[in-house]
Amino acid sequence: MSPTAPPGPDAQTAPVLLDRAGLQALVDALVARGFDVIGPTLRDGAIVYDRIADLAALPAGWTDRQEAGRYRLERRADAALFGYAVGPQSWKRFLHPPEETLWRARRQDDGFTITPEPPSPAPFAFLGVRACELHAIAIQDRVFLGGAHRDPGYTARRQGAFLVALNCGTAAGTCFCASMGTGPRAESGFDLALTELIDAARHDFLAVAGSEAGAALLAVLPTRPAGPEATAAAEAVLARTEAGMGRHLDTNGLKERLQANPEHPRWDEVAARCLACANCTLVCPTCFCTSVADHTDLAGTEATRVKRWDSCFTADFSFIHGGSVRASGKSRYRQWLTHKLAHWIDQFGSSGCVGCGRCIAWCPVGIDITAEAAAIRAMPGKAVGEGKGGNA
Amino acid sequence: MSAAPPAALADPMLPAPWRVRAVRRETADVVTLDLVPLASGVPCFAPGQFNMIYAYGVGEVPVSLSGDPADRSCFVHTVRAVGEVSAAIAGAAPGSVLGLRGPFGSAWPVDAAAGHDLLIVAGGLGLAPLRPAIYRVLARSERFGRIAVLYGGRGPAELLFRDELAVWGARADVTVAVTVDHADPSWHGHVGVVPALIGQIGFDPPNTVALLCGPEVMLRFTATALRAAGVAAERIHLSMERNMKCAIGLCGHCQFGPDFVCQDGPVLRYDRIAARLAVREI
Amino acid sequence: METLERLLLGHEFLAGIDPALGRRLVGCARNLRFAPGEYLFREGGPADEFYLIREGRVALELHAPARPPIVIESLGGGEMVGASWLVPPYRWGFDARATADTRVFGLDAHCLRGKCDADHHLGYEMMRRLLPVMVRRMQAARQQMLDVYGHPPA
Repeated sequence: MSPTAPPGPDAQTAPVLLDRAGLQALVDALVARGFDVIGPTLRDGAIVYDRIADLAALPAGWTDRQEAGRYRLERRADAALFGYAVGPQSWKRFLHPPEETLWRARRQDDGFTITPEPPSPAPFAFLGVRACELHAIAIQDRVFLGGAHRDPGYTARRQGAFLVALNCGTAAGTCFCASMGTGPRAESGFDLALTELIDAARHDFLAVAGSEAGAALLAVLPTRPAGPEATAAAEAVLARTEAGMGRHLDTNGLKERLQANPEHPRWDEVAARCLACANCTLVCPTCFCTSVADHTDLAGTEATRVKRWDSCFTADFSFIHGGSVRASGKSRYRQWLTHKLAHWIDQFGSSGCVGCGRCIAWCPVGIDITAEAAAIRAMPGKAVGEGKGGNA
Repeated sequence: MSAAPPAALADPMLPAPWRVRAVRRETADVVTLDLVPLASGVPCFAPGQFNMIYAYGVGEVPVSLSGDPADRSCFVHTVRAVGEVSAAIAGAAPGSVLGLRGPFGSAWPVDAAAGHDLLIVAGGLGLAPLRPAIYRVLARSERFGRIAVLYGGRGPAELLFRDELAVWGARADVTVAVTVDHADPSWHGHVGVVPALIGQIGFDPPNTVALLCGPEVMLRFTATALRAAGVAAERIHLSMERNMKCAIGLCGHCQFGPDFVCQDGPVLRYDRIAARLAVREI
Repeated sequence: METLERLLLGHEFLAGIDPALGRRLVGCARNLRFAPGEYLFREGGPADEFYLIREGRVALELHAPARPPIVIESLGGGEMVGASWLVPPYRWGFDARATADTRVFGLDAHCLRGKCDADHHLGYEMMRRLLPVMVRRMQAARQQMLDVYGHPPA
């Protein structure tokens, strides 16, 4: 629970084993401590994160098959609880919700008063946070907590959150975290990290604590020591997942190529396919852009400001009086990809992509960020190089 | 040069109530408002910075500060009614209350320009964000070499601060040149574009700092003309405009390449953005 | 005559010209003065003189029926006025009116064209000086056409 801690291995405790009942005990302990426990559930043919109290809500025995423009659930041969890669949602939905009332203004005889909206009451505990998602949370931490101004709502939600990470046992065809250096191993930024060990003989979870809060919780759970065999099995899970990545993104020199090629013909080519539907930005675990809307009640006595997710793919996004700066689909796709993979590094010190592959699977026309980036990287057009601006 | 440190706000998204103390009409659709805070003192600001101004129930827009930074009695904003929110702000009556957050953003490098010739080049409403810099420069003009204010507008009726331009123009320590895109024959001043004024005033290009504010097209052509005249790209500073919702680098709307115009700008150095300015829809 | 030569060759438009070439222009030149409100020339009139402004201010105006005339450009000391003298049928395309006490050199167009035709070296030198001014003014006119300070279309 150290939202601003830099990436890097946290001090981790020696691994222990929890069985399925032990995992339920973890959920129970979190609920008992007042956490709003969020974990994977099945809904509308997808695995989505929602409130859980019982492991029965988890998608036991289900996996996801993902390709460009395609996401399907399938039965697994076993009853793994975390035997899928990633669903359409990310934890962003909870830490950086799609809609948030910022404040309310009340009209008075002499002007108006503004009152901030109180933060949501219960802290979140997340069950099953993948390595790519830990990195996504760390990236949003840098956006919302790392600058001159902090986002108060995010600060409150993030500081209270308890993160149970999961070392990935399944890679989808759209996964490429290994090439982004963001997985599949959960290395830092969690309170507890689990590896699901399942075969004919057992169904256990190898657990390590990554924080004092995690260690304290683990100490009260029914665990048993993990021997070298269990540790080796967990390593084998990670090795298999890493080898199973369906995609790869070569980031070497990519930032410079993207920033130097705003007029590359590939932008026109991808724009011809892109529907500017904004799906990619909604499913992306790091996309953070928002807009605000102001409302009044009918009598005009109360006005509210609501913050909502926004997308750089909409026409309104760049509107200044007279029109939109980015009127064409080409310019919007270029903005999204160049921001994600290049400008983000200037702004926040890391790529904005964690290799989760959601934007590939949930693109209705199957545009593949790894293919688009590779195309720009492979065929440099006329260079228009430059660095970050500013007024130093 | 970085901006003045942002005012310490518990919640940077929470507007504070400010009362409209006075309204001055500048042109048919532009007004200048003097705003005083209901609860706090008037914070310091640096020339070039802006505030987010909220009209109750309608919305919030960024508006540059246009007053004298040495005047700590109020914030002065010059607003053109171009949309729903700016029309509500421009229509605020004396005594009414607006919400205000700020000041935000980077500043004109006025102090760093000391010892140099200084060209202040404005187009249209762009004179408003430059006026605080002009006040600061003229308060101690002996620190600078030659000082010139070049201002272009659509027509004589659309020029801002005409009385003040006349006062500045009468001073011995500053040259003021005003041009309009077109005029009726009663106008005896310059007619033509702002870059055409550059050749008509005396300055030493290698030792000149230029501050530019106006429509982006005008900025591009003016910066090109200054470069052609021999002014170094890193001594040309311009103020950019982009959509803004939060003004604190969190909403993503104002991105201009790797820069957040709300934080890295609005005042940006030309040598760092020249390539971007030439790219459409960036 | 010696004074006219020195002043003419000192005009910004001819800055740096080979004095041997510049001297050939002197025979075409005369000094003129215009009071505020006086026209240097009117639209449609014969473009028989090329003007170099020494000091003062000249407004270039266009007019249309039932509308007030508009000033499209104003020029000052060091600048030149008009290129129609170079282009058949040698008629002015706008009005040029002094808006201040204005002193100019007038160079007889017939004389100038004759010398340029006879000596392409001189003709090229004049073109090299005229063309950048024309291009700059064309670019400025394009910028004005954008109406960048106006209200954007709704």
